[in-house]
Amino acid sequence: MIISFTLNGRSRTVGIEPATLVAELLRETLNLTGTHVGCDTSQCGACVVLFNGEAVKSCTLLAPMLDGGTLVTIEGLSGPGGSNQLHPMQEAFHQNHGLQCGFCTPGMVMTAVALTAKNPVPTEAEVRHGLEGNICRCTGYQNIVASVLAGAAAMNAPAIGE
Amino acid sequence: MSEIIGIGAAPRRKEDFRFLTGRGNYVADVKRAGMTFGVFIRSPHGHAVVRSIDKTAALALPGVEAVLTGDDVAADELGTLPCGWGIHGADGLPMKEPPFPVLAQGKVRFVGDMVAFVIADTLEQARAAAEAVVIDYDVLPSVVGVLEAVRPGAPQLFDDVPNNLCCDWELGDKAAVAIAFRKAAHVARLSLVNNRLIGNPMEPRAAIAEYNGGTGHYTLWTTSQFPHVVRFLMSALVLKIPEQKMRVVAPDVGGGFGVKQFHYGEEAVVTWAAKRVGRPVKWVADRSEGFVSDRHGRDHVTEAELALDENGKFLALKVATLANMGGYLSTFGPNIPTNLYGPLLSGVYTTPAIYCNVKVIFTNTVPVDAYRGAGRPEATFVVERLVDVAAKEMGIDRVELRRRNIIPKQSYPYQTPVLVEYDSGDPMGCLEGALVAADVAGFGARKAASERDGKFRGLGFSTYVEACGLAPSRFAGRLGARGGLYESATVRVHPTGQVTVLIGTHNHGQGHETTFAQIVSEKLGVAFDNVDIVFGDTDRVQFGMGTYGSRSLVVGGAALAKASDKVVTKGKKIAAYLLEAGEHDIQFEAGVFSVAGTDRGKTFQEIAGAAYVPHNYPLEVLEPGLEEQAYYDPINFTYPGGCHIAEVEIDPETGIVTLEKYTAVDDVGTVINPMIVEGQLHGGIVQGVGQALYESAVYDEVSGQLLSGSFMDYCMPRADHLPNMTIKTHSTLCTHTPMGVKGCGEVGTIGSPAAVINSVVDALSHLGVHHVDMPATPNRIWRVIQNAVMPRAAE
Repeated sequence: MIISFTLNGRSRTVGIEPATLVAELLRETLNLTGTHVGCDTSQCGACVVLFNGEAVKSCTLLAPMLDGGTLVTIEGLSGPGGSNQLHPMQEAFHQNHGLQCGFCTPGMVMTAVALTAKNPVPTEAEVRHGLEGNICRCTGYQNIVASVLAGAAAMNAPAIGE
Repeated sequence: MSEIIGIGAAPRRKEDFRFLTGRGNYVADVKRAGMTFGVFIRSPHGHAVVRSIDKTAALALPGVEAVLTGDDVAADELGTLPCGWGIHGADGLPMKEPPFPVLAQGKVRFVGDMVAFVIADTLEQARAAAEAVVIDYDVLPSVVGVLEAVRPGAPQLFDDVPNNLCCDWELGDKAAVAIAFRKAAHVARLSLVNNRLIGNPMEPRAAIAEYNGGTGHYTLWTTSQFPHVVRFLMSALVLKIPEQKMRVVAPDVGGGFGVKQFHYGEEAVVTWAAKRVGRPVKWVADRSEGFVSDRHGRDHVTEAELALDENGKFLALKVATLANMGGYLSTFGPNIPTNLYGPLLSGVYTTPAIYCNVKVIFTNTVPVDAYRGAGRPEATFVVERLVDVAAKEMGIDRVELRRRNIIPKQSYPYQTPVLVEYDSGDPMGCLEGALVAADVAGFGARKAASERDGKFRGLGFSTYVEACGLAPSRFAGRLGARGGLYESATVRVHPTGQVTVLIGTHNHGQGHETTFAQIVSEKLGVAFDNVDIVFGDTDRVQFGMGTYGSRSLVVGGAALAKASDKVVTKGKKIAAYLLEAGEHDIQFEAGVFSVAGTDRGKTFQEIAGAAYVPHNYPLEVLEPGLEEQAYYDPINFTYPGGCHIAEVEIDPETGIVTLEKYTAVDDVGTVINPMIVEGQLHGGIVQGVGQALYESAVYDEVSGQLLSGSFMDYCMPRADHLPNMTIKTHSTLCTHTPMGVKGCGEVGTIGSPAAVINSVVDALSHLGVHHVDMPATPNRIWRVIQNAVMPRAAE
């Protein structure tokens, strides 16, 4: 079947098998390997992307559901075309050492962006609760939580010139 | 801006950008033209004879290239998976070392043991074909626990390994310990279990191999912490491919923690299969597959006794451990519960006599090998639990008892009774620092507040020492190591003065690209941005033993420092010629070679240029070019140590243990990048907290099935399980590493399980609770409380 959707700011039309998972479509067909697969039970959150603004686990979303929707992956977070600018949340992870091996990082960042969109000034406890669906084995979460708090603050800060 | 960023600074990491923007290059991301996909068929039984394998139906399915089995392995005369350590028992005899075939030969010995490999054009086709392979098993009784495995009549894994006993190992002075126990005023005793863990790096293991029929070259991309060792073992022993015709690449690797520091059968089979089918072959483990095939960690059952005099001075320690090896010997397997365990039983204490007996046991479980800490958390747990038990029984304050027995700072170097000599340390300084940092003085008020809420609050202490920076090769060789444990680094200065480092360690989250660049930036006076670190490719990097045992900075960083020093030495020769001065009059500082006492000098960049454009150059006595290599083999282990303090609150209604505070004061020697060190501590501590409170690999005793085979059953620590931790360093300098570094990768995991369980037992001590096994899950704690409060009702 053919589906059309907006991917990282560009409209895409692709032919897929109906049983294709979004994670598989991204990684194998579209060569967007920034979205990672760390488990087979929808527990780890390494595959989180933004679908119509919501954080979703792309390993559990069937590709036909994308039709007509808007998808943002880690590659498109900072803007269309894979800009070399970092999104404020990505910059916060960099500044706060919120990543080590990098494997959970795309899912963590996407989850953090969605969390902050819903709750622009989260408390530490709200951030910890909000990351419950994302497993990191390297950082002990402390610097991830600090990153999300800093990223939220940066996303709320008025842009220069405003 | 481009500038020198040296030792002690905390630049943000060089490696972050590619990971933050989705541009990492992990093995599962690698695609090759014409590649096929492989699926392993694994034993669904804990113990069985493979009677027959019928692959006819599978081979008839579309897209199927091959179904490879143990018969094909035998026909191609492949070797078995080697064990890197050959230990000896107390009787002087070598350990029993049954072969570990890459695909089962007649028998399977754990759920997940590999039986066949199916290769097809697509993953779906390979999966469908795997379903169509008909395997007839004769199921045998399984044995999964060490206590059961050594009982008379237990199922026997190997015909020539009686009682499933791989090795009956000992260390220490048994007679001296016996004498000390006879003199003791008090003996504290403890039986404990060190729970089996699954490392679970977030990236599942994967391998992709291709064979070039024109040149006979193989390339393997694999999720490995030590690609050169994988190449060496595959070339020399398993596949017998000429080493120069094999390239092993471990690109970005998504966490290791030991799980990826072994040579796995999958790597060998995928490489072998690539030649058999004449196309690239890719295999990526499902997480479920990882649970039953990634090597597990820990799994000890221990009886320990501590003898004390009337003042609480430790007289002797006696430890008997049954260590689970699983179904076969993995790469480092038998070394972990022996050489990395027994020598750490001295801890930071002056215990004069120690005896340790370890029975290494085969069972029908995944092979057990190193997992972050590897032997040392197990040793620390024994010692630090026992100290708390002794303190309670003797009515001596836990901290005071530790103070009375801690090795004083002025006694270093300190020879323990169990092989190792600690070069440096200040455990008392770490303890006192931790007491302040954890606000132990304020604990009483916090406990009272918890009590007002109907909660139990506990405080737990753990000191620890570890032997890391693996390892002095000669010493390790005497203990049974079959390989060397040095490290190598090449510093390649380009004609522009920019630098590429080729190093044999592997970066899979530790921040080496940043830390090592800081070392070079400081040593050569080159801008931090002008240094790149290359690792993980046997065609680019000369050689290396890889990353494990907190060795990368200690051994690899030392090789890098040595190679950098050689560059400076050569640079001085070039500068002396150009400046028409004596070599000994040349000084080098902050990137400038100058004649002492003058303003005449040449920048590092000018010297590099001269080395590669040698028109004005002492060619008669000096080669052009500026590239130096060093191999470094340490003379001793390093001994990081410290004190960790955990504070928990327990809800007696639910049994839920909440970690409220965690404080660590660690001696890791010189700190190159404090941000990265703190991050390593955070991660290590949380893995230890995971062992203490959440994680446990559980097997069904009858079937040998792994019951905790997914993230739904095996509880990984989550963000909302944890408080913010307080991390401080209290460093003494290592006396024998070039920069005084000691390593920090494993310390968190070593100190934390005992600190947490000691705090749990403290919280329950008013109920008469003496010990709690790990993990302290709500179910377990609720039962402990019920048994203590209403002993009869709970029976």
